[in-house]
Amino acid sequence: MPDSSLIEAAIYIVKGTGLTVALIVGAMLLGLVVGLPMAAVQVYGPRWGRFLVSVYVWFFRGIPILVLLFIFYFGLRIIVENLLASALGHRVTIPPFAATVTTLGLTSAAYQSQFFKGAILSLHPGQYQAALSLGFSRTAALTGVILPQALRVAIPAWANEYSILLKDSALAYVLGTLEIMARIKHMVATTHQHVPFYILAGAIYYALTFLGLRALGRLERRTRIPGLGQDADLEAKPND
Amino acid sequence: MTDPSVYGTPAPPGGDPPILEVSHVSKTLGGRLILDDVSLSLWKGQLKVLIGPSGGGKSTLLKCIHFLTIPDGGDVFLQGQSAREMGQRNICAFRQEIGMIFQDFNLFDHLTARENVAIALRKVKRVPRDKARARAMEELDKVGLADKADLYPAQLSGGQKQRVSIARAMAMEPKLMLLDEPTSALDPQLISEVLSVIADLARGGMTMLMVTHQIGFARHLTSEIIFMEDGRVVEQGPPGVLLDEGAASRTSFFCSHLTELTGR
Ligand SMILES: Nc1ncnc2c1ncn2[C@@H]1O[C@H](COP(=O)(O)OP(=O)(O)OP(=O)(O)O)[C@@H](O)[C@H]1O
Ligand SMILES: [Mg+2]
Repeated sequence: MPDSSLIEAAIYIVKGTGLTVALIVGAMLLGLVVGLPMAAVQVYGPRWGRFLVSVYVWFFRGIPILVLLFIFYFGLRIIVENLLASALGHRVTIPPFAATVTTLGLTSAAYQSQFFKGAILSLHPGQYQAALSLGFSRTAALTGVILPQALRVAIPAWANEYSILLKDSALAYVLGTLEIMARIKHMVATTHQHVPFYILAGAIYYALTFLGLRALGRLERRTRIPGLGQDADLEAKPND
Repeated sequence: MTDPSVYGTPAPPGGDPPILEVSHVSKTLGGRLILDDVSLSLWKGQLKVLIGPSGGGKSTLLKCIHFLTIPDGGDVFLQGQSAREMGQRNICAFRQEIGMIFQDFNLFDHLTARENVAIALRKVKRVPRDKARARAMEELDKVGLADKADLYPAQLSGGQKQRVSIARAMAMEPKLMLLDEPTSALDPQLISEVLSVIADLARGGMTMLMVTHQIGFARHLTSEIIFMEDGRVVEQGPPGVLLDEGAASRTSFFCSHLTELTGR
C-alpha cells in the first residue's frame, strides 16, 4: 500500500512494470511453444490436424481479448481448479496472473502460428526434402533445418506481436493482476490525479515498446544469414 | 572427363545381386498414372543415365526410389533389403544409404558450406562435432572447395553450391547416388566443374543413377542409357547401341532433337 511518499509510489509502479514484463514474456513464450507446432502441423500435417489448428486460430481471432480473459478467468479457471482439487484432494487457487498469461499466451499462439506458417512457407521447400534424403527424421528435419530458418524470418513479426501483447496486457487489470494499469488506477483513485498518472502509464508503455523493439531488432541483425536478404548486394559476388 | 571405358562396365558381373533393384514401381499423382510398372537394376560401380521428355516421370521415379514419395505399387530393394518392409520408422536408415542430388541444390541456407556437410553426420549419424567437421573438410576438399568452407550458400555460385551438395551427400557414405538433372540449373560455363566432380565419383566406383540431358557426357561415362516416356521405360541399352547414327531408336530420335534444341 503506497503512502504519499514519492519513493514508495515509484517502487509500487516499478513492481507493476515488472509484472507486465513477466506477463508479456510469459505470454510470448507460451505462444511460441504452442504456436510453432501448430504452424508445423499446418504446413506438414495431415488434413484433420490442419483443420483442428484452423478451428483454434479462428476461435482466438474471432473473440475480443477482454471476453477471452473473462471466459478463462470465470469459466476455465474454475473448471481447472475443480479438476485439480479432485485430483490432488485439496483446494488449489489459480492466481489471476496465471490466468492472464494463459489467456494472452494462447491467443498469441493463434497469431504466432499464422506468421510461423508464413515463415516456413517462405523457405525454399527443397530443404526439407534434402534433409529427409540425408536420413533425417521428419522431426529432426523440422528442428534442425526448417525451424532455425523460420525463427529468423519471423523475428520482425515477433516484434509486432510483442507490441500488440504489450497493449493487450493493459487489460489484465480487470482480473486483478497487479500490473501497470491496475496500479496506475489505484494511484488515481487515492490521489485523484488523473492526467499525470495516465501520462506516466503511457510513458512506461512507450519505453517498454521502444526497448523491446530495439532488442528484437538487434537480435534480427545478429542472426542474419550472410549473403541473404538486405546485405546481399553489398557482398562481393562469387566468381568462378 | 571425356576419358571413356573404365566405369562403363557394360554388363553386370555374372551372379552378383544388384545394389539397387526397382521392381514394378507405379505411382498415381493427381489422378494421373505418372509411373507405370517401372523396373530397373543397378550393379555396384555402374552409372546409368535416365533420359526422356519433360513430364515423363524421371524425377518422380528418383523420389520413389528414395521413398520420399511412396510408390503405390511395386518395391525398391537396396542390397536385397526391401524399402517397403523397413516401415515408417526405419525408412530414415534406408534413405541414409542413398544420396540424392537435386537440380536446385537444396543446400541449407542458414549453414556454411562446412556445416551443410557436417549437419547430417552430427544429427543422423551422431558423429561428434570435431570429427564431423574434419570429415566435412575432407569431402569439401574432394570437390575442390576447401577454401570456401566458411561461406554461406548465398555467397556461392551455382556450380559451387552443387559441389557442396555432392560433398554433403558423399559424407554420408551412400551405397548409391541419385542425381536429378544436377547441371540443368547452371550457367553453361559452370556445368563442366560439376560434371568433372561427377566423373570423379564414377571413377571412384560410385554407383549412380543420373537424370541428365548432357548426352555427350552420358555417352562417354555411362554403361547404359534408360529412356523414359509417359511413365514407362521405353528403351534401355548401351549408349553405343541406342545413340548410334542410324539407330532407329526412340532414344536417338529424342537426343538428336535435344541437340538441335539446346545446341549441347
Ligand atoms: N505432386 C504431384 N501431383 C500431381 N502431379 C504431379 C505431382 N508431381 C509430379 N506430377 C506430374 O507428374 C509428371 C511427371 O513429373 P516428373 O517431374 O517426374 O517428370 P520429369 O520426367 O522429371 O520431367 P522434367 O524433365 O521436366 O523434370 C508431370 O506431368 C507432373 O506434372
Ligand atoms: Mg524432373
